[in-house]
Amino acid sequence: MQQFLEALFLQAGYNAALVAIGAALLGFAAGSSGTFLFLRKRALVSDAVAHATLPGIAIAFMVMVAFGGDGRNLAGLLAGSALTAWAGLLIIEWIPRRTRLAEDAAIGAVLGVSFGIGVVLLTVVQTMSAGRQAGLESFLLGSTAGMLFQDAVIISIGGSLAVFCTWLMRRPMTLVAFDSTYAAAMGYNVRRIDLLMMGLVLAVTVIGLKLVGLILIVAMLIIPAVTARFWTERAQHVIWIAGGIGAASGYLGAVLSASAPGLPTGPIIVLMAAGFFVFSLFFAPVRGVLSSVIRHRRFQVRVHRRQGLLALAAQHPIREPYTLRLLAQEGLVRPDGVPTDAGRAQAAKIARDERRWDIAREIHQDAGLTGRYDGLTPIEDVFTADEIAEFDLRLGSPVSVRGA
Amino acid sequence: MGAEFVQFSLTPILIGIFSAIACALPGNFLILRRQALIGDAISHVVLPGIIVAFLITGVTAAIPMLLGAAGAAIVAVILIEAIKRLGNIEPGAAMGVVFTAMFALGVLILEQTDTSRVHLDVEHALMGNLESLIWFQAEGWHSLVDPVALAKLPDELIRIAVVCAFIAGLTLVFWRWLKIATFDEGFAQALGIPAAALGFGLVVTAAVAAVAAFDAVGSIIVIAMFVCPPAAARLMTNRLEHQIWWSVFLATLSAVLGYVLAGYGPLWFGGQNAVSAAGMIAAVSGVILGLACLYGPHRSREGVGRQDIA
Repeated sequence: MQQFLEALFLQAGYNAALVAIGAALLGFAAGSSGTFLFLRKRALVSDAVAHATLPGIAIAFMVMVAFGGDGRNLAGLLAGSALTAWAGLLIIEWIPRRTRLAEDAAIGAVLGVSFGIGVVLLTVVQTMSAGRQAGLESFLLGSTAGMLFQDAVIISIGGSLAVFCTWLMRRPMTLVAFDSTYAAAMGYNVRRIDLLMMGLVLAVTVIGLKLVGLILIVAMLIIPAVTARFWTERAQHVIWIAGGIGAASGYLGAVLSASAPGLPTGPIIVLMAAGFFVFSLFFAPVRGVLSSVIRHRRFQVRVHRRQGLLALAAQHPIREPYTLRLLAQEGLVRPDGVPTDAGRAQAAKIARDERRWDIAREIHQDAGLTGRYDGLTPIEDVFTADEIAEFDLRLGSPVSVRGA
Repeated sequence: MGAEFVQFSLTPILIGIFSAIACALPGNFLILRRQALIGDAISHVVLPGIIVAFLITGVTAAIPMLLGAAGAAIVAVILIEAIKRLGNIEPGAAMGVVFTAMFALGVLILEQTDTSRVHLDVEHALMGNLESLIWFQAEGWHSLVDPVALAKLPDELIRIAVVCAFIAGLTLVFWRWLKIATFDEGFAQALGIPAAALGFGLVVTAAVAAVAAFDAVGSIIVIAMFVCPPAAARLMTNRLEHQIWWSVFLATLSAVLGYVLAGYGPLWFGGQNAVSAAGMIAAVSGVILGLACLYGPHRSREGVGRQDIA
């Protein structure tokens, strides 16, 4: 706990602090630029892009060694990975446009094939004399602990640029994500916007490779956006909430992993994000599971209450135990099903409103008003007091409910 | 093509072929149902499955690990379905959430426990080791009829052959159902075909194929086999029967060509060492798909949804 708190306030040493800040920055960039990928229903493109970086890393290493340089130069490796990832993106975009294969097949093909090529090239690198200790495999799962100041700078500059581009292009990208045909009709170049959106994802993938590895960077792109979607209905807000969730899981994950041995940073960050996701899935307002269960229960109560009262008004016996229990709880019926005075009054009101609705349907042929009759909306919410008074005039004077 | 071939190359080639076919058969239907990426999801969750199985049983025997992997695959499929329904989330994103989280969990458990003393590292699980599955006892082609040598065939070969035959059998038995439910789920339901159960069964079959192929060819390469041969086959013909045969043929071709290129290709270019056979098989299947995209006779859309290529 002590160690966790120290790490939380960046007191656990230079390296831990660096990793925590770097992870938070990366989380923010990945969360916000992954948003439109998710809204465009292309979340798994990020998986293909991430796998397509592997051949590039190996090729860049070989090229740099061939020119006599140090094969492990990070900027060079990242440039190489960006190149093949971009090629992968173009293929993903080209296959569904040019052939009858669906996009998911294109994604799967690029993912599997580029990973295969990457593995082949890695085995070539391993046989090179310079490649034995290249440690290129660390790009698979990332190596956070070995983060240098230089890496943090790359992440913060690249990440800020990606977030800035996302913010700048938020309007066209929203338009394309929700209605691409309309966007095309408005004169936007949908294909170019799609490529830009996926290019941003590519940029984040490339800068995140060293930190969390190519498999788990996918999680950083997808999970925060999906989680953020639970909390808002506005695309502009999803960007920032997703960024916030990504940053929080990056920071907390890095802190947690620094505070105890045997906790690899990349997976902990992902599990942190997954924790946020599960929490949101159940407890988010409106879209969460809990809130929809509550909504459903409330609806059930209203329906049972109304049906029970209508039965009372018509003097039918109530046989549904749940309805009976509900009305008894409100003191509207006695446990044996006989209505109390309050129950009779409520029943009379419901019966009267039913008849008011009948009149309303005769007067207003407008479905926009009477269409709102669902048996649960009070008539006072739809019509004004004057109108209701007019219905009552047509209804005639109150008649006593039989048996009362 | 003598004793050495039988000893070192025959079994890996056969394992490669069986793995490729076992994955390509269900892949045909997954492609048509637009569920191609379920193979991707499954192959990622295989890792936590085998680690948990190892932790529970404490042995590295194949059967518990295969069961663990299959269990993880089924858990993943159920979770994906649950998240899709509960959260009203599109399938791709639901898959992305589930398999990355489960993969992360697998890596975490791997680091937490001392599994390093057994050969169970992540890279091995991802890349496979097809080349090492050699048939030590073989002395030549006559070993194929020698019961003593046959008893020493690599276990992986027997397993994947059984699974491949099992999947081929399932495809035959459920052929009509699969065909109808894949193209018109509503019609299938009207006929009384349990389409939902069939869909789940298909995914579970794919999981079994992925898991069985995984310990031979590695988990990620499996995705290429799920997608590439069936996708290429789809561009060759309009008939499902023909598509299946094409996919089997292309899968076999990828496996053989890939293995040969990986083993002998570098020598032709003056290299010293062979490269990863599993990776090369995936690469060859990609080349085949690329050729099909460029020249396949039925590559373009027809009827509704057709877009004229400018």
